[in-house]
Amino acid sequence: MARISAGIATSHVPAIGAAFDLGRTQNPDWKPIFDGYEWVKEFQRREDPDVVILCYNDHASAMMLDVVPTFALGCAEEFAPADEGWGARPVPMVMGDPVLAGHLAEQLIIDEFDLTLMNHMDVDHGLTVPLSLMFGKVEQWPVRVIPLAVNVTQFPTPSAERCWQLGAAIADAVQSYPAGLNVQIWGTGGMSHQLQGPRAGLINPEFDNAFLDKLSNRTDDLRKITRLEFLRESGSEGIELIMWLIMRAALGETVEELHRFYHVPASNTAVGHIVLRPTR
Amino acid sequence: MRTRLYSLEELDDIPGTTVFNAMRSRQAYHLHKFCMSLMDAGNREEFRKDEAAYLDRFRMSQEQKQAVLDRDFNHLIELGGNIYFLVKLSNTDGWSAQKAVGSMTGMTPDEYAAMMRAGGRPIKGNRSIRGKN
Repeated sequence: MARISAGIATSHVPAIGAAFDLGRTQNPDWKPIFDGYEWVKEFQRREDPDVVILCYNDHASAMMLDVVPTFALGCAEEFAPADEGWGARPVPMVMGDPVLAGHLAEQLIIDEFDLTLMNHMDVDHGLTVPLSLMFGKVEQWPVRVIPLAVNVTQFPTPSAERCWQLGAAIADAVQSYPAGLNVQIWGTGGMSHQLQGPRAGLINPEFDNAFLDKLSNRTDDLRKITRLEFLRESGSEGIELIMWLIMRAALGETVEELHRFYHVPASNTAVGHIVLRPTR
Repeated sequence: MRTRLYSLEELDDIPGTTVFNAMRSRQAYHLHKFCMSLMDAGNREEFRKDEAAYLDRFRMSQEQKQAVLDRDFNHLIELGGNIYFLVKLSNTDGWSAQKAVGSMTGMTPDEYAAMMRAGGRPIKGNRSIRGKN
């Protein structure tokens, strides 16, 4: 049967993708950030996962206009990198896993999660920047990817608790899959940042570090964070952190923290990154 | 009646912040259609050639069109816009996300970049209009 062997969270700042694509990873502004991901690249070489369930948000690249899905699961064979206004990122096509995605869709909807199923979508920096950070520059991504896009653009987003419940259901759905796959789940976005209005540039390291501290074994506190508190404390785009809770819930009750990185700033954003291993 | 953890009016108490909701999404539907059209290289070319004529293809308000021409992102947000869409415009202009975002703060690009390098805008004093800071 399939098993979730690790959960990884990371910010997915577009400027990180631009720095990566333009070969600026060693310049003084960017080097500390890319250095923070050296550990995980080595970890991934050892772990060699088959599939990643990748929780991210679409930044008005593939959806959010004619339809506004709260949770959208990518069921296609492949997903092309989106052109976000300056050409698509020069990264490989993202290969899906329609069989596992179909299984997840079935199980999760039976378990009361009314997912939107995407048979075609392009994927933007929210999904491809984490891939670049975890695997570096490659000809082909070494994993299949099932995108799970969460609405964090239009209020109301799903609540922290709803994201938690979805993650817990994903754990069950993966466990009931007959093939022996090594599955990882990633939560992306955050940490604190605000990209709009006169309060833009907001960063709240106390909030971010408390979130990282509680992610292993004080998750009850995180599940209670309201949308209002996210917006107020972590900035209007910091609410992306709800996607980390899907990842965390899918790991089960107890985890071991293997690695953590926090850095301010990347462009407008506080960068956070954590690697967790389920312990039972 | 169902109980809620807080009143939605509380969302208006966050300073310098506009919460993008269903009503604003509708108000900016055609503005956002324009933004998303810039995900195509040919369209970006057409837009650059004659911005006003290109904007006339969309059922946006005159005020929205003018705010696009002015690259007035705060005003575009007042008119319903959401930053994830609006960056398609600043990307078309070759602006960095930091330049686009910083343009809404009343600071120069250098001042804004310096603030970010120094750790960003602090949360203290920026939580609440009504003084819950």
